[in-house]
Amino acid sequence: MYFLNEIKEGLIIAFRAIRANKMRSVLTTLGIVIGIVSVTLMATAIEGVDRAFEKSASAFGSKVLYVQKFPWVQHDDWWKYRNRRDMKVEYVSTISRQATLVDAVAPSVLTFKDARFGSRTMLSAFVTGTTHQYQEASGTTIQDGRFISQEESDGGRPVCAIGANVAETLFPSIDPIGQTIKIGGFPYTVLAVFEKQGGMFGTFTSDNRIFVPINSFMNQFGSRRDVLISARVAAGVDIEEAKEELRGVMRKIRHLEPGEQDDFNINEQEMLTQIFGAITAVIAGIGFFITGLSLFVGGIGIMNIMYVSVTERTKEIGIRKAIGARRRTILFQFLVEAALICLIGGIIGLMIAYPLSLIADQILPTAMPISVVILSLFVSLFVGVISGFLPAYKASKLDPVDALRYE
Amino acid sequence: MSISNHVVINLQQIKKIYDMGGAEEVQALRGVSLQIQKNEYVAIMGPSGSGKSTLMNIIGCLDTPSSGLYEFNGVNVSEMNDNQLAKIRNKEIGFVFQTFNLLARSDSLHNVELPLIYAGVTSADRKRLAREALEHVGLGDRGHHKPNELSGGQRQRVAVARALVNRPSILLADEPTGNLDSKTGDEIMVLFEELHSQGNTIILVTHEEYIAEHAHRIIRIRDGMIEIDEIVKNRKKINTA
Repeated sequence: MYFLNEIKEGLIIAFRAIRANKMRSVLTTLGIVIGIVSVTLMATAIEGVDRAFEKSASAFGSKVLYVQKFPWVQHDDWWKYRNRRDMKVEYVSTISRQATLVDAVAPSVLTFKDARFGSRTMLSAFVTGTTHQYQEASGTTIQDGRFISQEESDGGRPVCAIGANVAETLFPSIDPIGQTIKIGGFPYTVLAVFEKQGGMFGTFTSDNRIFVPINSFMNQFGSRRDVLISARVAAGVDIEEAKEELRGVMRKIRHLEPGEQDDFNINEQEMLTQIFGAITAVIAGIGFFITGLSLFVGGIGIMNIMYVSVTERTKEIGIRKAIGARRRTILFQFLVEAALICLIGGIIGLMIAYPLSLIADQILPTAMPISVVILSLFVSLFVGVISGFLPAYKASKLDPVDALRYE
Repeated sequence: MSISNHVVINLQQIKKIYDMGGAEEVQALRGVSLQIQKNEYVAIMGPSGSGKSTLMNIIGCLDTPSSGLYEFNGVNVSEMNDNQLAKIRNKEIGFVFQTFNLLARSDSLHNVELPLIYAGVTSADRKRLAREALEHVGLGDRGHHKPNELSGGQRQRVAVARALVNRPSILLADEPTGNLDSKTGDEIMVLFEELHSQGNTIILVTHEEYIAEHAHRIIRIRDGMIEIDEIVKNRKKINTA
């Protein structure tokens, strides 16, 4: 009861003091407002980038291994990778036979060709030659139609499956299924349209791609190409085990002696996530340091003004002490005032930051999660208590006789 | 009721020495012993620099003596810590100051309520007690006026109401008429007279002979010692008609 009374009295005094010095309170609060706005926007942006990455990275599939000539994350000189032997389509059948922990294996060969339908053209579409297993091996989802069948794949039929952006560009108004488009001058019949994936890794998603049987690809667009092999890890199998097995199979295919280094790489989504995590951690660290500085400066402003407030109200402190206020009561009174100024600053800051985050969302994917809101309110409260403590302590230590004599 | 036998304040050889740095020190009080009983009306007099303010601060538990014994209602307060002293000030001592010392931004009611807040009284009781105290000093209709909307005499009455609201053992008034004209000053002295007749113990600190003569007993301080401790024979009576 006693403590509740103290809180209430502290709040009443704090509100009164803030109201009595409006301009001063506004300016003091402004420091905290700016601090909170910058910190929350920073947190929001990082959160947004993280989410966008997660969404984009899912295009690679978390259980898909990519056997390639180049690693996604290069630790060595590029020329070392460049001089490796190319990957070959023939590997696919060996892998599907020998690797037991992967259940779908598909090659991809890539080129850029213009795609046309009637008068509409998509320049430099990302044409991928692959087999019927690609859809399973890559974990992509078809929105309309069906993927290339084994017969079509083996026979090199002129059929294709197109990404969402390709469909939008070539077929703005009609159903693409069954239509014939020209890819690099060769006719292909559209079998399927993929679901839109979006995200920041535009070229890696299916959105801008056209998938054709690898045999017709090789005939029409040339066969001397580096191949990428996607392999889906079977359900319930540890991805690392599957990777080890796949590595063994690849080493046999390449006839590598024990002790010889791998001349290929097995990539997975995890590698990107790790790299990305490290990058965002650095950005977040620097970002929070800089924005935290502005909050720190705001806190110093609060401390400064609280010192002024204590000096100004020395007499009042003396009166309160004379009629029975304890040290704790005085300490609490000033702490509440500082915390209240900061909390108000925090709330105003959030009210400014929220619409700003919505505007920023138009340019860069952002999201202000509730955790950031709660955290920033706690941070502002914390700044208030920390910066208010020294002045409040000074006030509580005042000698009542001296304080009463103060004019 | 043995009102006259109850000792409220008992000072024994109270000394207060201010260390001015180095070997220099000032002896503000050089061994003061005095007793004040319940329902006494005492004036403490002395010129400035006599130590009377120091004595008042010690009696009012705003300050502690360097040596000596101070018993308040039989309890030794000379070695109490800050919090214990705050509690004594809150419950047992009602201060009335020369400059009123009201909180400027608070209305009369809140000013009178303040000691009750620190005493932990519930909100409903606080409001009632504060209103009663204001009525007691004749300001029942001024509860929502702020100090700057009141006359000097009214402000001092609010201060008296604040001093009395916790039913303290003593009322300690430091030059209560010092900032008032003689007419309003007289009104305050009449109020003190009434409070005394209702059983309150009043200690008045003043340098004005005229004011001191309202009291029943005058203690004169000089150079940190009690010079004279006398009973007033011809008490000043104010014509209240």
